[in-house]
Amino acid sequence: TYFLVTFSLKIMNIQVSQTRSLGTAAVEAEPPASGTRAIFRTVQQDPAHHSEQDLGQYYTLPPDHVCSVFPHGLPRHFQLQMKTFNETCVMVREPALELISHLKKADYSKPALRYLLYGVTGTGKTMTLCHALHYCSTQGWVVVHIPDAHLWVKNCKELIPSSYNSSRLDQPILASQWLKNFGITNKHFLSKIKTTKTYMWTKRESTEEGQPLGELLEKGLTRIKSSSDVMGALLRELRLQCSKPQDEGSGAFRLVVAVDGVNALWGRTTLRRENKNKVPHSLLALILAFCGGAIITSLSQSGSLFTPRLAYLPHELLGKEGFDSLDPFIPVPVPGYSEKEFESCYQYYIDRKWLQHSQSHTEEGKKELIFLSNRNPAVFEKLCAAL
Amino acid sequence: MAAYSEKVARSFLRSGAVFALVNSTFSSRNVFQLKRTVPLLVRHIQTSSVVRKRSLAATSQEKFTEEYIRKQIEEFNIGKRHLANMMGEDPETFSQEDIDRSIAYLFPSGLFEKKARPVMKHPDEIFPKQKAVQWGEDGRPFHFLFYTGKQSYYMLMHNIYGKVLKLEKYEDRMRNKGLFSQDTKTISVIGSRWLLKEELEEMLVEVMSDHDYSHFLQLMERLLALPYSHVEEEFIQSFRKQLEVQSSKQVVPPLQFDEKGIAFSTGEGRRKMATASVVVRDVGSGKVTVNGIDYLQYFVILQDREQLMFPLQFLDQLGKHDLECHVTGGGRSAQAGALRLAISRALLSCVSESEREAMRQAGLLTPDPRVKERKKPGLAKARKRYTWKKR
Repeated sequence: TYFLVTFSLKIMNIQVSQTRSLGTAAVEAEPPASGTRAIFRTVQQDPAHHSEQDLGQYYTLPPDHVCSVFPHGLPRHFQLQMKTFNETCVMVREPALELISHLKKADYSKPALRYLLYGVTGTGKTMTLCHALHYCSTQGWVVVHIPDAHLWVKNCKELIPSSYNSSRLDQPILASQWLKNFGITNKHFLSKIKTTKTYMWTKRESTEEGQPLGELLEKGLTRIKSSSDVMGALLRELRLQCSKPQDEGSGAFRLVVAVDGVNALWGRTTLRRENKNKVPHSLLALILAFCGGAIITSLSQSGSLFTPRLAYLPHELLGKEGFDSLDPFIPVPVPGYSEKEFESCYQYYIDRKWLQHSQSHTEEGKKELIFLSNRNPAVFEKLCAAL
Repeated sequence: MAAYSEKVARSFLRSGAVFALVNSTFSSRNVFQLKRTVPLLVRHIQTSSVVRKRSLAATSQEKFTEEYIRKQIEEFNIGKRHLANMMGEDPETFSQEDIDRSIAYLFPSGLFEKKARPVMKHPDEIFPKQKAVQWGEDGRPFHFLFYTGKQSYYMLMHNIYGKVLKLEKYEDRMRNKGLFSQDTKTISVIGSRWLLKEELEEMLVEVMSDHDYSHFLQLMERLLALPYSHVEEEFIQSFRKQLEVQSSKQVVPPLQFDEKGIAFSTGEGRRKMATASVVVRDVGSGKVTVNGIDYLQYFVILQDREQLMFPLQFLDQLGKHDLECHVTGGGRSAQAGALRLAISRALLSCVSESEREAMRQAGLLTPDPRVKERKKPGLAKARKRYTWKKR
């Protein structure tokens, strides 16, 4: 079926007039009862085995995976779409495949490689990140996922001076939420990893050495005031333990740190005090050096402060300081949809009965959609969105 | 004494300087106020037929005698020859266009209203047409329908009805002889329209009501519908006006080819305060660049991209051309509108005649005349008034 699929898709690219017949064929090919799959869906549901054959096709994530791996990671529009279509379908695209192949081939005894996803707004950097994270979690890695680093540097309602280091500021609510989500994602690691140091949270409370991470999390969730400190301690622990050689026995895990909107860490903040926040500081330490894992980051202009709207390249968004700190990294450009991918997305929407207007099913309607969205995934999604 | 002093004053004026003359005998009689202490330079404009005509035409109450109009025509012709001499051209072949050009050169005017600028035209065009005196010395009117009040109109209706009767009589005669045939040649009415009410009034030099005009139209339609109406074709055509085909007026530049052999064409457009120029290339990808930036990033709003899409979608050429656009000035919507016009004009050269006509009818080629209305004194903005206070 692979050859049939790609051959027919190639014909589509050459002679656009035939697409209508092919489109109807796709709709006819998926009757509700039988198992004939549509062109835009792939059989392979495991991200580890995705290959070039599945490019441009959707794979479904099982709901329990979604709840565990992405309690807070998916973009808001995608979450709405998930709820509407009652399924979580992610398109297999080239940047994600490239990233996963790098992750498979990388040498984990050396310091962690840094990957940077960049592209124009709305091309799918966050979704690529999520795809890679899904792969990592199926492989059993520890996932540290910060869905949006911009949240830490702007619009903070509650700031308290840190007890740990009084010149820095804390964000208790954000930190406690993040700790909760971290617990959901990495449930099975909470008992395995143990602390290496005693931490004093307040005069009366402390966590001794050798306690499992679960205890640490509990502390953070119950005492909200010290949740930022807990988060900092957690990140430090993970960094230390991951870099340890494996003959210790206890820390045989791989760590993936995924930060979306990494340019926030080096950008300007709207917070009044000039001191850096505690959490970005510990995050920075984590990003900059550890062994035995990977760091996947992506840039984001849409949430960033005081950056020009049209900027999307790494050195524009990161600034000199950020670029130098992140250097060396592997840049992964994320372009808009190609013709094949756009076709796939279009067929998916038709299949889910999302495109209701009669003209959207015609050839002219498709050309209109292509022109108006210029094959940008986010713009296309907004174009087809509900009123 | 007073007369002498008047002449003195006028001669002073002619020489171009006015002095402060305090003598009180002047103030009541003279039109020009000489009590000013600041010297006022009065430009002595030759009161030619041009200026006099303008001021007289404004007062429509005055009746112009035929003799007066004749004199004006003579003066105009002489003035035309003088003007030709002044401009150094041949007086024999001096046309109205040349006159307009010369007057615009000699009297440059910065006024925005074209009708307020100096004009030199034939008196027939300037003075409104007037009816000659319609009764003789004894007071008896010449025309038999004078006492209807609208003699020309009723005369016209009478004539048309006479023709209708004549044609019906002719038809009866032909039927009696058995020579009646349906396939007589008919007058073609395609591409022409009946005269408008204003035009008919101008023709008859008489005011009429809407009722009268509709009666006239009904009678003419009846005349037209008769089988042998081709006999009166000349009469009927004198009341019809040819419609011009708009699209034939358009000048379409030919398609150009650049070094690599790719066909391209340019177009320019304006809307409000925005100007745009576009190069449409026949490459095949749907790439659109505006001022060097991708159009998706430049025009964030969907409405602007729809404006860009309209000409291409109309001609069904959405993915086929590559657009390179440059636009300055105006706001977001004005820039989109200017680009739309520019794209339509550029596509004119790639398209057939019938499609051009279709584009014109769709409104793609009409520049939008709406501009920002000026602010007026006494009003806060163009139309908004200041708050009204009762007391």
